[in-house]
Amino acid sequence: MSGSPLIRLADITKTYGSGQAAFQALKGIDLSIETGDFIAIMGHSGSGKSTAMNILGCLDTPTSGSYQFMGVPVEQLSRNQRALLRRNYLGFIFQGFNLLSRTTALENVELPLIYRGQPVAARHAAARAALQQVGLQEWEEHTPAELSGGQQQRVAIARAIVTRPAVLLADEPTGNLDTRTSEEIMELITAFNREHGITVLMVTHEPDMAAYAKRVVSFVDGRVESDLGNGEAA
Amino acid sequence: MFWNTLLLALRAIRRNLMRSFLTILGIVIGVAAVITMVTLGNGATKSVSDQISSMGSNMLIVIPGQRFGPGSEGAPSFKSADVDAIRNQITAVERVAPMVNKTVTAVYQANNWSTVVYGSSNDYFQAGNWELADGRSFSETEERAGKAVCVIGETVREKLFSRQNPVGSEIRIKQFACEVVGLLRSKGQSAMGSDQDDVVVMPLRTVQRRLTGSQDINRLTVSAKNGASIDAVKNQLTLLMRERRNIGESEEDDFRVMDTRQIAETLTSTTKILTMLLGAVAAVSLLVGGIGIMNIMLVSVTERTREIGIRLAIGALEREVLLQFLIEAVVLSSIGGLIGIALATGASIVLAGLMNVPYLFDPGINLLSFLFSAAIGVIFGYFPARRAAGLNPIDALRHE
Ligand SMILES: Nc1ncnc2c1ncn2[C@@H]1O[C@H](COP(=O)(O)OP(=O)(O)OP(=O)(O)O)[C@@H](O)[C@H]1O
Ligand SMILES: [Mg+2]
Repeated sequence: MSGSPLIRLADITKTYGSGQAAFQALKGIDLSIETGDFIAIMGHSGSGKSTAMNILGCLDTPTSGSYQFMGVPVEQLSRNQRALLRRNYLGFIFQGFNLLSRTTALENVELPLIYRGQPVAARHAAARAALQQVGLQEWEEHTPAELSGGQQQRVAIARAIVTRPAVLLADEPTGNLDTRTSEEIMELITAFNREHGITVLMVTHEPDMAAYAKRVVSFVDGRVESDLGNGEAA
Repeated sequence: MFWNTLLLALRAIRRNLMRSFLTILGIVIGVAAVITMVTLGNGATKSVSDQISSMGSNMLIVIPGQRFGPGSEGAPSFKSADVDAIRNQITAVERVAPMVNKTVTAVYQANNWSTVVYGSSNDYFQAGNWELADGRSFSETEERAGKAVCVIGETVREKLFSRQNPVGSEIRIKQFACEVVGLLRSKGQSAMGSDQDDVVVMPLRTVQRRLTGSQDINRLTVSAKNGASIDAVKNQLTLLMRERRNIGESEEDDFRVMDTRQIAETLTSTTKILTMLLGAVAAVSLLVGGIGIMNIMLVSVTERTREIGIRLAIGALEREVLLQFLIEAVVLSSIGGLIGIALATGASIVLAGLMNVPYLFDPGINLLSFLFSAAIGVIFGYFPARRAAGLNPIDALRHE
């Protein structure tokens, strides 16, 4: 491989709480991710997958270790610089959808573009296109309360990809969905990875979903237990 | 950045219509109440001081006792001899109007009306700035002989005579008939809310003889000659009255001489206290409005913290989030403040009309209430947001 990878985690630990109540959720994670990769992260509940994703998404800071994004050490960035990194390079799909309530699908999807300072016409067009990609062109004016779980998840996906981020971080994007909808969403994510070269990191419990990925990383108890190319997994 | 953030703030206001409405309502009620109360109070104060200054600056009022108002604390009343003594011994005095009053029922044909009879002299009309709408004042003979003649106010005319001209007719008061010789021009309500036109004026002697049955005089209104020093007249009056009432060196006055400025102060201080009291009551409602807003904001803090988490997670800068919340707070409280001011202006004009006091726009209290409402909005809208925007995005998202 040439040069530095897109993402490099070295000996990342995360401890929640302090003193007696302290709990080490990550016990030293090493991970390198190349541009265009599609990684599935698997592991038991409580093994630290979401904790690692939040750190990768710059939503949380590790207790120790180093995180390099495009060769830049993230822990040396200021709050604002990390916000700009999220704004310009990352798209995040949460385990819960985390859409703004009482706000239409279109406005939700538009939001990251507003923060990017895109002009009205361009961001409307981009938001519409993103909603169309996830098959929700008819639902633009609906608020989350008027959408099904699968539709809300798709709005969340549209919001994450509308900026064409370098990295898409998806924490159990199909967690609460039926098999058919899950497959539709996986097709979408795979398409983004293949057609737009978006690097994807996805947490999932289901081997069926992990099968879409190029690489599967397994977490056990706050550590990476295995890191295999797809097909190598048993 | 500003316009985008403004857009986000306006969207947030629209998204939370009920919360926005309640916030505005709280501010509207508080601001409107404070401004209306203070404006009406100022109007009442102005009206009182106007009325007193219309009496002129060369007037003195002498009353028995030390207190202004009804009751003379047992101090003896004045007598006609006092009036003559003042007239004769103090050269700078222009006029002395004695006054005695009594509540009576006046009857004309089938109509009767309860009113107040003032016994005085023609000087009464000058002292009170009264003009005659019809007829004449008292003749010297009528005053000296205590003839049964009277000059009536507009309200008494209306109640007894309807549309008829009263001059030349006779009204009955107690057991005697009294000829109406004049009609006073209407003055309307006084600043204190009483009807000034509800009067019957008779010569002093007539009232003393036929109604009060004593030589007592309740009050003297003294006017100084043009150019005379009012303080000098006041001193002379005090000395003369002390002498006539046999007050020893070390004893205090058992009467009071007041000039118009003092009367104005006495009366306006009452209305000023009233204004402050009303203002304070209204300020409580502004505070209650503020607490209401705080309550709404605290209830929504969980939701808003998660909202802040979402915004931070998708790349909003901390200062953009804060600016949005600041704009939201300022827009809401400004709208509330402006509606409150508009409402207060309308209510003040209408109520001032009903209460017969002038409407005075007070820029100070309008500005103060507006700033206060803005401060409430900012404190309760902005500061909870500030805490949330300082969190790690993930902590804001997890907030419960
Ligand atoms: N904010 C927190 N405070 C304290 N402990 C936490 C916090 N977040 C997570 N943990 C703990 O860290 C461990 C890892 O949590 P994490 O959410 O990363 O698990 P996960 O692998 O995503 O599980 P799941 O599959 O259920 O989502 C868990 O034991 C959890 O209790
Ligand atoms: Mg998780």
